[in-house]
Amino acid sequence: MRALLANRLFWLCAVALLGASLLPFWVSGYVLGLLTVAYFTGVYAMSWDLLFGFAGEVNFGPTFLIGLGAYTAGILDAQFSPALSVWWCVAGGTTAAVIGGVVLALPALRVSGPYFGLTTLVAVLILQNCVVVFASLTGGEIGLAVPDVITVDPKLNYLMALGFMILAGAILFALSRSSVGLVLQASGQDAVQAAALGFNVTKHKLFAFTVSAFFSGLAGALMVFYMGTASVGTFIDIAIAVQIIIAAVLGGRRTVIGAAIGAMFLIVLAEVLRPLGDLATLVVSIIALLVILFFPNGFLGMLGGARA
Amino acid sequence: MSVAFLLEVNALTRRFGGLVAVKDLDFNVRSGEILGLIGPNGSGKSTVMKMIMGIVRPSSGSIRLGGVELAGLPPHKVARQGVGLVFQHSRPLNRQTVLENIKVALLPDSLFALFADRRVDNEARAIAERVGLGHLVDRKPPTLAFADLRRLELAKAVARHPRLVLVDEPFAGLTASEVRELAALIREFRDDGRAVVLVDHNVKSVSALVDRVLALYLGERIAEGSAQEVMQHETVRRVYLGGDLKMSAARSERSAAAAADGLVVENASVLYGKAQALQDVSLHVRQGEFVSLVGLNGAGKTTLFNAISGLVPYSGSIRWAGDRLNGRSPAAIARGGIVQCPETRELFGDMSVRENLDLGGDHLAADERARTLLWLFELFPILADRQDQIARSLSGGEQQMLAIARALAMKPKFLMLDEPTLGLAPVILETLSHALERLRRESSITVLLGEQNVTFALPHADRVYVLDHARIAWEGPPRQFETEGAAHFL
Repeated sequence: MRALLANRLFWLCAVALLGASLLPFWVSGYVLGLLTVAYFTGVYAMSWDLLFGFAGEVNFGPTFLIGLGAYTAGILDAQFSPALSVWWCVAGGTTAAVIGGVVLALPALRVSGPYFGLTTLVAVLILQNCVVVFASLTGGEIGLAVPDVITVDPKLNYLMALGFMILAGAILFALSRSSVGLVLQASGQDAVQAAALGFNVTKHKLFAFTVSAFFSGLAGALMVFYMGTASVGTFIDIAIAVQIIIAAVLGGRRTVIGAAIGAMFLIVLAEVLRPLGDLATLVVSIIALLVILFFPNGFLGMLGGARA
Repeated sequence: MSVAFLLEVNALTRRFGGLVAVKDLDFNVRSGEILGLIGPNGSGKSTVMKMIMGIVRPSSGSIRLGGVELAGLPPHKVARQGVGLVFQHSRPLNRQTVLENIKVALLPDSLFALFADRRVDNEARAIAERVGLGHLVDRKPPTLAFADLRRLELAKAVARHPRLVLVDEPFAGLTASEVRELAALIREFRDDGRAVVLVDHNVKSVSALVDRVLALYLGERIAEGSAQEVMQHETVRRVYLGGDLKMSAARSERSAAAAADGLVVENASVLYGKAQALQDVSLHVRQGEFVSLVGLNGAGKTTLFNAISGLVPYSGSIRWAGDRLNGRSPAAIARGGIVQCPETRELFGDMSVRENLDLGGDHLAADERARTLLWLFELFPILADRQDQIARSLSGGEQQMLAIARALAMKPKFLMLDEPTLGLAPVILETLSHALERLRRESSITVLLGEQNVTFALPHADRVYVLDHARIAWEGPPRQFETEGAAHFL
């Protein structure tokens, strides 16, 4: 039964992704650009779900990791282009996010409950302040202009983002279904019992944080080279963090794939409702609120609930 | 001839702030032996268990397993030394099957073993078979019966073949036949050569199973020996049953009121998930009567109080002075004069004594509130001196007095006192006891007192109920308790 569900979901995803990969032949560059951003956001949300859904830790600062990746890659490129290729900058950004993630998680995991979340929230504010303070390096509030791009072709950019999302999703999903994922879930649900069964809970949670930081940072760095600029408003702001969190919860906690669906839903819906002007954000927020209130297990939860 | 002990505990001590939860405790357990670690609430038995597992760090002392020092190790390292803990409250992974839940316990503590091999699968199936879950491996935990969830906890704890198994209240919430089946399983662990430590409230529930019993009270050993010896032990009897009981005169003139005028509980049952916390309980308290509800921890006292207060859903009916309380909100019930003083006290810790009392009397007119306050300060003089002190900084006994005073400030018609003696030193008990005595003499408040401390509960009572395993086991006057009711208690 479970295998069947997994299978049906798998085939649904496969068909949807195949359709998505054929989109460049049908739709305009504008729509492709929108979806490109949606795919990157999908990776952010999936990385976040690994922490919240499995390790049971609420990270209010996904944009700390994303911002570290994006800004490090952007600054490296702005300072050393063309001596340093774009790919080295991406690698640098990812590394910075992982290091930043570990430095943040090590002390943060020592505190429990809401304090972990608060620590991550403060990290975002600190990063935001650093960007403003070191404006000569980061471009400050105006934003950082990144001289290089990976490609200017919107179709290529689109396919690259889609491929990256599929790869990241596959890895995160496999990880969540692996032995490590099982231990993570056990640690998230009851850390004392997991420890009494012989598992080093801190080690497992740190691992989850590292993986989450890796994909967040990598996605952030790639997105910088798609956008050509980095600004606080697109990569670090708390509002972005909240949107990622809502996307993950909306799609379905503990599903990984649901998080990506939630991210795409939010971005596409906001675009569809754009004619409403300022009302659009309000409508999207209300829909998200209703889903979270009445279907706390999100879209995929509704699907599973209907079958059970 | 000396037999080598598997577990050797020496001079084990744990302090929480000023409270000494476990004091200089020594004991040993052999392989192939079941030791019952018993004691009433607050005796430190759970702290001992948590210290062995590494969940709580000992303040001092040593815990050696097969000669290896465990004190100070984190739980996952203690587990790897060969200790397994069966938790009382199970929180299985609800999205995974029973088999996967058992597999979790068998996985290596490694980030690189991404997928378990076939051997783990076979091993998990063998363990499931062994604990009697063989036919349920593909089910998910939410669909399991309560007893089967307990089996799942056992399975997880023994999956790695621990040399020492700690079991926390294995039989709580189980029926008699389920208890027998689970006891047989635990006996098998012993026959495999493992050492087993059973933690429970009383000797009775584990007497058929244990080879030896160690009784604790206030963090210290009070008796050790066979179940029979411990049950006969003078100190144990005094702790559980109280010493010579001084009865106070019954409020006979008031208890003449008709039963229907007071509290009437009929066939009340409460389920917590799958655990039966209260089963078909019927009792009554006449207006003006002082009734004690005696029962050990987990017997269902608090659950009954919470049902009366409207805090937990229940089946059956609860009436006060003829009015049905079913379906009323907790706030409406409290405003109606039915007030609970919870065992957790629930004081506003950052507010002063006076502010706590004022909140209790908030709905009274100013002059009546002032009168009530005066009476309360007469009842508990120490609170008058401490008016401006922050509630959190009071001693345990003072906090308890404040909790009772705050409940009384609401001018209740019916007062439920849930374990006011919990964790208090004997000298405080005397003060509390005097206050209750005055309350009985000077007011007409109907009182239902929930207690496991019989010495405290009996003297004031007009009538006594014994609650045992979610059911009313005995009802009668306090004088007959020792001869009739006590059998349900030890």
